[in-house]
Amino acid sequence: MKRRLIDKFMITLLGLSVAIILAILVVIVANIAIHGARAVTWEFITQAPRQGLTAGGIMPAIVGTAALVLLMTIVAVPLGVATAVYLHEYTPAEGLNLAWRRFRVSKGMAGRRKLFFRAMSALLATITRSAVANLAGVPSIVFGLFGLGFFIQFIGRNIDRATQPPGEVLWGQGSLLWAACTLALLTLPTVIVATEEALRTVPQDLREASLALGATQWETIRRVVLPSSLSGILTGAILGISRGAGEVAPILFTGAAYYLPYLPGDVTDQFMHLGYHVLILSTQSPDVEATKPLLYGTVFVLLALTFLLNLTGVIIRSRTRSRIQR
Amino acid sequence: MRHLDKEIEELKELLLRMGSMVEDQINQSIKALLERDTAIAQRVIDGDTAIDQMELDIDQHTIELIAMMQPAAVDLRFVAAAMKITPELERIADLAVDVCERAIELNREPPLKPLIDIPRLARMAQDMVRQALDAFVRRDAVLAREVISRDDEADLLTEQSFRELLTYMLEDSRNISRAIRLTFIGKYFERMADGATNICEMVVYLAEGKVIKHSNEPV
Amino acid sequence: MTTAIEVRDFNFYYGETKVLHGIALDIPEKQVTALIGPSGCGKSTFLRSINRMNDIIPGARVEGLVSIKGKDAYAPGIDVVALRRRVGMVFQKSNPFSKSIYENVAYGLRIGGEKDRRMLDETVERSLRRAALWDEVKDRLNASALALSGGQQQRLCVARALAVDPEVLLMDEPASALDPIATQKIEELVYELKNNYTIVIVTHNMQQAARVSDRTAFFMLGKLVEYDETRSIFMTPKEKLTEDYITGRFG
Repeated sequence: MKRRLIDKFMITLLGLSVAIILAILVVIVANIAIHGARAVTWEFITQAPRQGLTAGGIMPAIVGTAALVLLMTIVAVPLGVATAVYLHEYTPAEGLNLAWRRFRVSKGMAGRRKLFFRAMSALLATITRSAVANLAGVPSIVFGLFGLGFFIQFIGRNIDRATQPPGEVLWGQGSLLWAACTLALLTLPTVIVATEEALRTVPQDLREASLALGATQWETIRRVVLPSSLSGILTGAILGISRGAGEVAPILFTGAAYYLPYLPGDVTDQFMHLGYHVLILSTQSPDVEATKPLLYGTVFVLLALTFLLNLTGVIIRSRTRSRIQR
Repeated sequence: MRHLDKEIEELKELLLRMGSMVEDQINQSIKALLERDTAIAQRVIDGDTAIDQMELDIDQHTIELIAMMQPAAVDLRFVAAAMKITPELERIADLAVDVCERAIELNREPPLKPLIDIPRLARMAQDMVRQALDAFVRRDAVLAREVISRDDEADLLTEQSFRELLTYMLEDSRNISRAIRLTFIGKYFERMADGATNICEMVVYLAEGKVIKHSNEPV
Repeated sequence: MTTAIEVRDFNFYYGETKVLHGIALDIPEKQVTALIGPSGCGKSTFLRSINRMNDIIPGARVEGLVSIKGKDAYAPGIDVVALRRRVGMVFQKSNPFSKSIYENVAYGLRIGGEKDRRMLDETVERSLRRAALWDEVKDRLNASALALSGGQQQRLCVARALAVDPEVLLMDEPASALDPIATQKIEELVYELKNNYTIVIVTHNMQQAARVSDRTAFFMLGKLVEYDETRSIFMTPKEKLTEDYITGRFG
């Protein structure tokens, strides 16, 4: 009797937790939806802000966000997938401990050199993996500072010194390029981990079958492993991209601007950004009442964009999955 | 066709070849007897080695087949039947040799009497052996049972022939050696008929899975 | 009877452990050679040594000679990738790629650079026919290979291996994951294939070895105990160990 009571109690408790979360979610979304939908008109989406950001639209922010996300994807995804492929396919599967032990006990035997290199490779893999794990824990504002200090002030300034007339600054300042690189760093861990997971789901005997047919390791990866793990990789990529699209702290010092009279023309330009615009509207506005609807509208668009991104991810994933199933 | 089917076909071919060789020996032995032809009789005697060799070959084949192919159900019964039919055929061939040996001995003396029963018995035995082999090829249990039922007739005929020869022996003691040799010949053909019957019992086993040997049930 | 694979004084080590001891045998061409023995006796390891699939295992080391059609498989500088094209392999559990049936069979050819559509079509059909699968799949070559039954998938793997025209076909317990009907189909297939290919098959099923092979090698604890014509091994084995194994007195 008592056990059944406890059982019922737990179910109620868990149900309550779900209800609370759902309620919070509904309140937030409803709040934004109601107030935001009112503000999102055709002009809102297609016009630039006017009158010190108290009127007009957010079109440049939309364009800037889109450009940034695109660039970030181009940098992060190939790099992340390549890293994950290297870690999973080209490094020893047995881990550093075992690889090192095998080397140590192989004193005086043939093939010792091979075991040594294998252990070194395992060491590199371990270092890389822990670097990736640590990277995932870095606060996003630190990424921003890193982007400023390394990309902009070190790399950018040196490029300027080498390519520009003295005193001219082109690469050594905030821009789409550096903001995208900074964001890419932030999303790399997600992409790498998700890709490695996807690669892990490909059974080892598929690789063996390919090798037994006379394929090289790269051919096996290209023709068998990657196509098989494609849906997992895409999922990871989209997850990372969604995350990156919403981050603001990394772009604070690396290229976001609160107002530009022009749209970004190439990668060295600064840009407006939806998330940053929200920050600006809520903290720098001269007229709080006037900007409130604009704020709601911006948040609405930002959320809609994120939601759209996730939806695309789900659709792509289910399409690739069904194509493989067929 | 399965690998096993091919092996079984091969085995069947070997058995049929042996069967036709044996039928031939029986035929020739009857001819040697009726035509009092010693040359034919001698050929039959010499031809027996070939049949012995066939028995060895078929033995080897059947054991290999069991070891390598693990036949089951009807295939297994076929192989078991083959293993038991082969020595029967070999014994029948040996009986034909025995007939010829007696025939050669008989030819050294003038004929005792016109042969009536013995040729009838001989043809019957020859017939039964041929039908037994047919039944085996066709796995025809009905035909096999028919052949088995004629065995009684063969026994009767042998008995009849013996009684007649007995009168010859009682009549004149100079007839005894020839009569006895003829008695033996009758016995040999009777045992050929028995051999055919045994083969038919195997055929029933092969076709129906039923063992009727040593049983008294009406066929 | 020409020799397809010659093995002399062959030792195999996983790190410190010696797994195969002094294996020596000649595998004849265009015949089926079966490798039998209790679990862990080294027969699969030996099989995989022929096409150097053990190379991917860390700490694997060999001594001795494995010569395929006169070429030493372990000579320094040998192209392992080319070796594996000459020696095909079918695994215990069928492992078709998650591609279409056509693409699975064509995989080996595409790797080799073949682009001519007609050539690919012909080879795919020929390989599927040789693997006794053509009639069952000819109308759905573009369907996913994973939609086939276990037995069909395994025959597909055979077709895939045959497509690159290997000299030798290695089969590692190809029927052990299949039901009896599918197993019988694979055995019949092996019996047909030996007209054109040298086949080495590992099996833990002795009766299968007896049914399918021309020569049998009995392994135990990494040593080759007896190697002879299959009918001798199964009817009149020379070694007591062999006889004990075959009669099921141990293992």
